[in-house]
Amino acid sequence: MEKHAILNGKLIPYLLLAPQLLITVIFFYWPATQAIWQSFLLEDAFGLSSEFVGFENYQVLFRRPEYYQAMATTAVFATLVAVLSMSIALWLAAMADKNIKAAGAYKTLLIWPYAVAPAVAGVLWIFMFHPSLGMLARPLRLMGIDWNPLLNGRHALVLVTFASAWKEVAYCFLFFLAGLQSIPRSVIEAAAIDGARPFRRFWTIIFPLLSPTTFFLVVVIVVYVFFDTFGIIDAVTGGGPAGATTTLVYRVYADGRLGGDLGGSAAQSVILMVIVIALTAIQFRYIERKVQY
Amino acid sequence: MKKDPEGIKGGSYMLKPCTIVAAALAFASPALAQTEIQWWHAQTGGNAEVINGLSNEFNASQKDYKVVPTYKGNYPDTMNAGIAAFRAGGAPHIIQVFEVGTATMMSAKGAVKPVHELMKEAGEKFDPQAYLPAITGYYSTSKGEMLSMPFNSSSTVMWYNKDAFKKAGLDPDKPPKTWPEVFDYAKKLKAAGHDTCGFSNAWVTWVNVEQLSAWHNVPLGTKANGLDGWDTELKFNTPFHVRHLQNLVDLQKDKTYDYSGRTATGEGRFTSGECPIMLTSSGFFANVKGNAKFAFGNAPMPYYPDQKDAPQNSIIGGASLWVMGGKKADEYKGVAKFFSFLSETDRQVQIHKGTGYLPITKAAYAKAKEQGFYKDQPYLETPLLELTNKEPTENSRGLRFGNMVQLRDVWAEEIEQALAGGKSPKDALDAAVARGNVMLRQFERTVTR
Amino acid sequence: MVESRRYRNIGAYTVLSLGVLIFAFPVYVAIIASTHENATIMNGNMPLLPGGQAAENYYRTIFLGGVRSAREPVGNMMLNSFIVAMGIAVGKIFISILSAFAIVYYRFPLRKAAFWVIFITLMLPIEVRIYPTYKIVADLGLLDTYTGLILPLIASATGTLLFRQFFMTVPDELLEASKMDGAGAFRFFKDTLLPLSLTTMAALFVIQFIYGWNQYLWPLLITTRDDMQTVVIGIKKLLTTQDALSEWHTAMTTAVLAMIPPVLVVLLMQRLFVKGLVETEK
Repeated sequence: MEKHAILNGKLIPYLLLAPQLLITVIFFYWPATQAIWQSFLLEDAFGLSSEFVGFENYQVLFRRPEYYQAMATTAVFATLVAVLSMSIALWLAAMADKNIKAAGAYKTLLIWPYAVAPAVAGVLWIFMFHPSLGMLARPLRLMGIDWNPLLNGRHALVLVTFASAWKEVAYCFLFFLAGLQSIPRSVIEAAAIDGARPFRRFWTIIFPLLSPTTFFLVVVIVVYVFFDTFGIIDAVTGGGPAGATTTLVYRVYADGRLGGDLGGSAAQSVILMVIVIALTAIQFRYIERKVQY
Repeated sequence: MKKDPEGIKGGSYMLKPCTIVAAALAFASPALAQTEIQWWHAQTGGNAEVINGLSNEFNASQKDYKVVPTYKGNYPDTMNAGIAAFRAGGAPHIIQVFEVGTATMMSAKGAVKPVHELMKEAGEKFDPQAYLPAITGYYSTSKGEMLSMPFNSSSTVMWYNKDAFKKAGLDPDKPPKTWPEVFDYAKKLKAAGHDTCGFSNAWVTWVNVEQLSAWHNVPLGTKANGLDGWDTELKFNTPFHVRHLQNLVDLQKDKTYDYSGRTATGEGRFTSGECPIMLTSSGFFANVKGNAKFAFGNAPMPYYPDQKDAPQNSIIGGASLWVMGGKKADEYKGVAKFFSFLSETDRQVQIHKGTGYLPITKAAYAKAKEQGFYKDQPYLETPLLELTNKEPTENSRGLRFGNMVQLRDVWAEEIEQALAGGKSPKDALDAAVARGNVMLRQFERTVTR
Repeated sequence: MVESRRYRNIGAYTVLSLGVLIFAFPVYVAIIASTHENATIMNGNMPLLPGGQAAENYYRTIFLGGVRSAREPVGNMMLNSFIVAMGIAVGKIFISILSAFAIVYYRFPLRKAAFWVIFITLMLPIEVRIYPTYKIVADLGLLDTYTGLILPLIASATGTLLFRQFFMTVPDELLEASKMDGAGAFRFFKDTLLPLSLTTMAALFVIQFIYGWNQYLWPLLITTRDDMQTVVIGIKKLLTTQDALSEWHTAMTTAVLAMIPPVLVVLLMQRLFVKGLVETEK
């Protein structure tokens, strides 16, 4: 898309672009380059000495089982959060779409968790489900579940998933509602006239029409789980127990702490960058073809 | 949008213009041409007040130097801040670093100024023999040269709920001495109503790996647990260690033992009455005193009676004061004076009484004893008794491993897997040792240059 | 729908209302906790109804700070969060509206390149380059400063993209008319484009304000001074202590206070917020 009406100016555009470009170069490209460079070094915490080691950091990384565990955890976590948030949000959106007068009010009442910081959401959830003092831990134990996210990796992952999904449902709800409301009534009426019951209507007509929204939300949720859930994980489990809730980005943070393994952390950063770029590219190229507009 | 309240390059960088201006003003008024000494620490609450009090006292006692304490967050945050500040050229003079950061600080030649050098150059009287060996040994080289100034030291003790003991038919003045006794007591306590926790501990690796080894005079790693060389190798996957972990795993099944997390966040389970026996730092005293609504006491760590050398002596926890490198001689003089000030016997007794942390000089310990301090509060002497139980051996002088924070995380991960039934204790400890050794070798490479 | 409405709607109402209650529950629990003593909470005895400590807890938290750990009063921390959030929101709007203007309305060599240089930043948030960015900020002497907190976070392209999309929808005739009036670029920008962009600016403002307020990892790394903590970090720090008990009641009070500004912003500016969300992502 190009504009036909343009302005004259040789120097001005560069001046206008300067602030953003400057900040982008200093705080994005330079660190990204540094990450690549640091991933080839073996350094001490104080930066007093460094040794060039080529790809060794990467080789060591790929030999560490914890790294693969982090990859698997991130994948599982992303899937769980996506399925959970989108299904709940879709259900709520379908309910709100039924021309009820109060739909607007419900929108307001359901959207606000988006504004809660992930770290705060994490604190709220660990408070409710803390094995010793959480008020919802007792009923769980009464039901016979030995609820202990401190020791049981699956419990920890479930807790973090729910805390993350709690926030995301609000966001998905918004988009699903908008998506539903943009489907022309005529399409639905036509299907009704054809004798399709509401349930079947939903799955054969409405859901496919929602596919651009669904696809878009999947992308958003994956990025959210990759990065924004850091606050939740740090607040709820600190990555444990036994690395059960350590995602790739948490690994980057934990390994680099106190100068522990700057080279390894940098290598992980680089790999993470590659993964995200690849995922985004794949999603846009491949899946978009399957989406019906 | 620019706001730089203090300026990270404050402190010594402002000194030159400040002293010039101050000298000029000296004609106008008796202004102080004071050298500022920045002290970054991680203490909160009552302990922070002690720090502020000490600084004020020192500042009031002389005119040349002014110690300025700043709270920088918890131990990892403070250490992080120190490292970053050093890299950016704005490190403080004194920084409080927790014991597990020792290796990282020690290996940074040029980034830190060893205390023995500092005191010698400043001409301050300094007798390493005056300090309690178990405490200073941790922070000294193998030749006995002190690298950092011990400040707040603690040891692992076993806190117990006297009221709960009574209720379970156990003698509240006869706490268990051996691990088998602890297991037995815990079972009885559990039967008497503590069904979610018979006994527990905080700082999982400190209690069950590090202190366990020292207390039984078995090595944690070679080269005196790393004190004598960076080429140390971990050795805590012996049958002895595996047996202890196996005991915990077995007892975790019915919650006779219940895991409370890697650090100190589970300590509240003791003060809330949930766990009647809790092994954690002696520094927990202030909280127990403030929050426990029951009669309590503490006892030395339990031991396995079939280990012939047990009990040996314990390793300290807590933190020490490191002096950062690259400062002026005049400033170092001030730091040295401050350290002498801190080591004065009466002052040590005062710190000890106020915080519950241990006195670092023999004279201070003796004086406190003389004053009958431990008669009413015997639980304050327990850590000292543990530390001075026997003359430290190769296995109990302390420990020094690079990247200890990450190492502890790895060890805790493996222990957690064993406790959750995911791995056998032997596999877990083998993995902990193997992973840890990889990290130690990497650290060694960044050091020996 | 075309079928009978009544039963469908009752079902829908029930589901929605249940949903609202379930989602509000964690916050309800937090509010209750902020009205009790720490001992009550620590002993696992907290009831579902408010206690009597509300006034004391809130007063102490806002003005005096936690007793044992974060000595900073929440009032100060909220101020820090506010400065950071405003800085990020305003900063981003400022630089992106200028860039978008340049890219859309001018032709110059490297225009496409500049666009892509900016666009790539969309995909990689700060977490992915966290330690190197930290090192650069430390080298620039910006640790524990507002500048250090704000600048690295306005480096991404969300705003530029938003304004670009918007400018594309502005009819060419407006620029032609403006030229005919003899107005230069600056005049056009100030008198024509800016007023039209107000809604977009407001929408971006809402989103960036929330983003800035809720930042966690970045402030965690670069601020260590008590008085530079943001409120979100303050909560976490209240709970991780050594040799001290976690002050859950203060943490919950702080959490409630920390939620208020962003939630208010979303609720009051809901329209703009939704618009901003929808347009940023398309």
